[in-house]
Amino acid sequence: MAISRYVLLVVFTIAMLASTAMSDPILTKVDRHVENPGPLIMSEVLLAFPELQAKNLAYLMASSHETKGKPKGSVVSLPIKAVNLDERPSAVTFYSVLLPKEVAAGESFTLDVLAVFTHALRPVPEHITQVDIQLVLYRDSVYYLSPYEVKVQSLTVKLPDSKIESYTKLESTKVHGSEIKYGPYENLPPFSLSPITFHFESNLPFAVAQELVREIEISHWGNVQVTEHYKLIHGGAKSKGEFSRRDFQARPNDRGASAFSFLVAHLPARARSVYYRDLIGNISTSHLRVDSRKTELMVEPRYPMLGGWRTAFTIGYGLPLQDFLYESEENRFLNMTFGSPMIELVIDTLIVKVVLPEGSSGILAAAPFPIKQWQETKISHLDIGGRPVVVLEKTNVVPEHNQYFQVYYKFSGLSMLREPLMLISGFLLFFAACIGYMHADTSISKSSASYLAKQQWEEVQVLIQKVQNVINRCLAMHDNLEASLRDLSRTGDVQACKAARKSADGLLKELSKEMKPLLTSLQAYSSAAQILPKVEELVAKERELQEKVMLKHSTAVEGYERKSGARDIDHRVALLQQKITALKQEVDDLLQFIDDI
Amino acid sequence: MAAPETSTAAVPTLYTNNTLRNAFGGVLSFFILLLIGVMAFSIRLFSVIKYESVIHEFDPYFNYRVTQFLAKNGIYEFWNWFDDRTWYPLGRVIGGTVYPGLTLTAGTIWWLLNSLNIPLSVETVCVFTAPIFSAFASWATFLLTKEVKGTGAGLTAAALLAMVPSYISRSVAGSYDNEAVAIFALIFTFYLYIKTLNTGSLFYATLNSIAYFYMVCSWGGYTFIINLIPMHVLLCIVTGRFSSRLYIAYAPLVVLGTLLAALVPVVGFNAVMTSEHFASFLVFIILHVVAFVYYIKGILSPKMFKVAVTLVVSVGLAVCCAVIAVLIALVASSPTKGWSGRSLSLLDPTYASKYIPIIASVSEHQPPTWPSYFMDINVLAFLVPAGIIACFSPLSDSSSFVVLYIATSVYFSGVMVRLMLVFAPAACITSGIALSQSFDVFTRSIKFQLPGISSSMEVDAVETSSATAEAQNDAVKTEKSEETSKNRPSKKSKKKEKEKEEKPSTKAKAEKRLLALPLDSSVIFLLLLILLGAFYVVHCVWAAAEAYSAPSIVLTSRSHDGLHVFDDFREAYGWLRHNTDVDDKVASWWDYGYQTTAMANRTVIVDNNTWNNTHIATVGTAMSSPEKAAWEIFHSLDVKYVLVVFGGLVGYPSDDINKFLWMVRIGGGVFPHIKEPDYLRDGQYRIDSQATPTMLNCLMYKLSYYRFVETDGKGFDRVRQTEIGKKYFKLTHFEEVFTTHHWMVRIYKLKPPKNRIRGKTKKSKSKTSSASSRGKRSGTGKKNPWQ
Repeated sequence: MAISRYVLLVVFTIAMLASTAMSDPILTKVDRHVENPGPLIMSEVLLAFPELQAKNLAYLMASSHETKGKPKGSVVSLPIKAVNLDERPSAVTFYSVLLPKEVAAGESFTLDVLAVFTHALRPVPEHITQVDIQLVLYRDSVYYLSPYEVKVQSLTVKLPDSKIESYTKLESTKVHGSEIKYGPYENLPPFSLSPITFHFESNLPFAVAQELVREIEISHWGNVQVTEHYKLIHGGAKSKGEFSRRDFQARPNDRGASAFSFLVAHLPARARSVYYRDLIGNISTSHLRVDSRKTELMVEPRYPMLGGWRTAFTIGYGLPLQDFLYESEENRFLNMTFGSPMIELVIDTLIVKVVLPEGSSGILAAAPFPIKQWQETKISHLDIGGRPVVVLEKTNVVPEHNQYFQVYYKFSGLSMLREPLMLISGFLLFFAACIGYMHADTSISKSSASYLAKQQWEEVQVLIQKVQNVINRCLAMHDNLEASLRDLSRTGDVQACKAARKSADGLLKELSKEMKPLLTSLQAYSSAAQILPKVEELVAKERELQEKVMLKHSTAVEGYERKSGARDIDHRVALLQQKITALKQEVDDLLQFIDDI
Repeated sequence: MAAPETSTAAVPTLYTNNTLRNAFGGVLSFFILLLIGVMAFSIRLFSVIKYESVIHEFDPYFNYRVTQFLAKNGIYEFWNWFDDRTWYPLGRVIGGTVYPGLTLTAGTIWWLLNSLNIPLSVETVCVFTAPIFSAFASWATFLLTKEVKGTGAGLTAAALLAMVPSYISRSVAGSYDNEAVAIFALIFTFYLYIKTLNTGSLFYATLNSIAYFYMVCSWGGYTFIINLIPMHVLLCIVTGRFSSRLYIAYAPLVVLGTLLAALVPVVGFNAVMTSEHFASFLVFIILHVVAFVYYIKGILSPKMFKVAVTLVVSVGLAVCCAVIAVLIALVASSPTKGWSGRSLSLLDPTYASKYIPIIASVSEHQPPTWPSYFMDINVLAFLVPAGIIACFSPLSDSSSFVVLYIATSVYFSGVMVRLMLVFAPAACITSGIALSQSFDVFTRSIKFQLPGISSSMEVDAVETSSATAEAQNDAVKTEKSEETSKNRPSKKSKKKEKEKEEKPSTKAKAEKRLLALPLDSSVIFLLLLILLGAFYVVHCVWAAAEAYSAPSIVLTSRSHDGLHVFDDFREAYGWLRHNTDVDDKVASWWDYGYQTTAMANRTVIVDNNTWNNTHIATVGTAMSSPEKAAWEIFHSLDVKYVLVVFGGLVGYPSDDINKFLWMVRIGGGVFPHIKEPDYLRDGQYRIDSQATPTMLNCLMYKLSYYRFVETDGKGFDRVRQTEIGKKYFKLTHFEEVFTTHHWMVRIYKLKPPKNRIRGKTKKSKSKTSSASSRGKRSGTGKKNPWQ
């Protein structure tokens, strides 16, 4: 590249924040004041990182520093790409920043560069006991590694605590509490290096998620279900020797100071049904704070995390669909943050799986940083073909990566009805099968004796039922006759009574006609043999009863016609009445008996 | 006139009315059954709602782990599974030593759901298996009781069983234990037996054998079935109730059932070898002899028959004597008379405490107390006698079975708390019969005394006609009274006659069908019965919600500032799982073995399947030895961590110190240098300053109370309510690596051997001694290596 031929004057102020909240990532913020003294117009700036740092580089952002006019908040990040330069030393990795406008000769331009490194702090000593304090070591170069000539540069190192074990002293070093300042240095040649080391106390939690799998499942019924599987380790100095709960509980500040016992997850607002569990069940130590703008979940692992201890857990929550999914007709896109909701966490490997509804097509994922992605399918509740899953993988993820990414896809609203319809048709088929089964004759042999006997018995029962029915109707007729007699005694209307008898007589005859074929067909069945005598007896008794009732009726009517006294009639009827009562009882008993069979 | 109209209208509706009533009754009882099933399921969900969807207690964790293995590796791997995670270094052949019914059931459910693309986790399926099967069990109860005493009793018994606390205690959601499916299998097998007995159908007999096979797969309690049914058959024969139906009900069951039972690896040849099954074969022979006698009796003349009897009896007696002598000799040759320890302790309640402390040490093998009867079956205890009486009127084959069932199960429940579970269904069935019969009597006597009310409900042709006739009688009476006085005497006599003719008919009917009780008293009794039922329901809901829903791995306590959760067990298991090496061995008392393998996925020395008494005794010995000896034992077992449960800080009573005497007893049973009196001061078990030095120096004491005194300065143990005896001491061979938040679980690591070496000479000495002890162990076998 041509740039190297021109001398670029760069003014640096490096403020190295050796971590504020978390200590594993190192934030390096560089303000570069770029002047172009050369004759040519330049459009990009190279950033260089030594190999040691490059492999820990998690996040890099450059923004133009517009000194006047714009407020500080509205920074526009500039496109960065990694470049390979052949003639440069191999131990250096280059990134090139495309400037928003070309910088002409003599003009100047200020660039803010933010780089985040993970695993740059090394615990020294590596093993500590519960009583010891965790010390970490950080190495860097006092000069900013640059392919350009540097005019002025200074370095400020901010440490989390003013307890510094040792640091590299150079002639222009100033210490203010936890801040160490180097420089300013002037007119440095390209690629100047001068190593510095800091050994300082840091009891900040080194929470590292070795693997985090976030599964985002979209349901068009109104829910986005997020499930996050964490594999956590305390990445600081490893604990050795005893762990005394007594010491830990009594003096948590100096016994096990480097341990952390909780993490805070900042979930989106309106998160619901939050859960926190692991392989062996629910973890009861968590607190959820909900307000209108955010949901804060304080997650406490089952046990305090001492150096080197591991744990694994899962948190899950549902989010309202309309907050994250944007749609126009069949085109939809999901807009969600990429990283973990826990802002104190460094993630070695982050896998984000977006499970789209079954039947989605035209799937495309877009993220603001380079990312590995592929597609799988997942078979979930009542799926047939499985749901398409977009898998995004990224290593070395820091909270700065909590930016929005998008998954575009096409989904027709009618596909939502697929599963309900499937269920409905499934149940319909089941019931239809039940109906079919109830109506079908499933016996294997239609000619077997037991089958025939069973069938015959059913027919016999139907016949007997019919016989009973007829008998009951006869009995009802008798009651009618009795009632007409009572009417007679009240009103003295002999004609009406006779008419009643006539009609009853006719009906009874009809009924006995009806009875005949029933009895003959009943005789035809062999299985009815034991019940037949009873039925015949019943019929005979009924006939007898019928006769007696008729007789009684006619006697009573006759009596009335002759105008004989009521007592006289009663007298004459009394004997009949006794017989009738006895017969009625017998008929009832027989009916009961047949009913019981 | 109204009367003729109504009666003519009644005629055509009569036929439809009857069938409609039947259909309506069928649908109603179907819905009642459905609701009973829903209730049986949902009353067991208190544990999920109050706690969480988690596997409970100890054994369920093992079953859960086996199910996980089955779901992951399939059935063939499961049969051949050699588990190297337990009983280190012996291991355990899971496929051959476990009753596979429960696991296979849950595994099948899981597989079925997953093949329908309903991805439930194995854990969820396991948690809900027990409630589902208790719904099945209540339906099976309905079927059984229906066979015995009709639909009404069936529904009542099903409702009672759905919520009987004794069964709830073993089948709440998460209680994933064999009993959960076994009770269903038990009742269903009985149902099919009764069904076969009632119908004489070979189809049901075959089903019965299959149900019996399922029961054998699920639970060791199947021996109850294979002894109870022969007893009943024998009873039937003795009381002269032999029939072809009895033969069909029993003979196929023994033949098919035994063949099928022998297919279950854990039973195998035990199905014909052990004494538990002896009764079934004996009755099988008797049944055949009886059947043969009946047959011969049928084809021979009485005279010939007499001759045949004398012949057969004389020859048969000789043969029988010979066979019985051989049998007795065979049985007597085995030390336990062919019975397993658990069965023996049932027959002789004092057996276990005398010879097998490991069986006696389990709380569920203790005899129950009276309050536990009230707690577990509540008002059923009062209803059972009434039910037994109801079973005797009339006594049928099926009701005699119920009587026999309840009589035997009452005895077994009196021996072992755990068998209360077998007693509960019997109690529910008899109480269901009692309740249903008494409801029947009371409602009928109310119905017949309030005919106006009843006529609308129970349409009976004759009844309505008589009722209307009576009503008309009254009408006639009132009208006539206004008429002329001339007719009065005749009318009076007529009325009398009418009354005479009407009353006897209704009365006769009433007397025939019921023992009519006075109206007011029957109403009062009805109300009292409802009250009794309500009390039962309230008690059951309370038991389900409060007493039996705790998963026992999570403890809660209510204090003034709300609910406090003690989740220490899982804290410790979680720690072990994530922060120790996969192949590390963890030693603990056997109670925690299943949980450690399932939750922490670490190898344990002993677990709740107490198949090897010596191994358990070794751990018990280590726990009751001084530190150095214990270290040597543990070290020889390759143990890296020792886990103890300690409740002294928060007052958790079932901790290791309270179980310690059992460790001493079991350890002392195998290694005689551990003597129980050494740990007791004047026969009293204590850990305060009066305790014996052996007690204060044993490993269990030290691991439990290490640095305990620093918590409050005095070392006050809240379980034992005393200050501990030895307060300040250091551990030389163990180091504390983890203690949970409430100190309920403490995990210690064995210090590496080099730490105890002070000089060269000692090192060589210890090496030689350990080598020689190992040699001795393999050589003599019985000598205790750590003496």
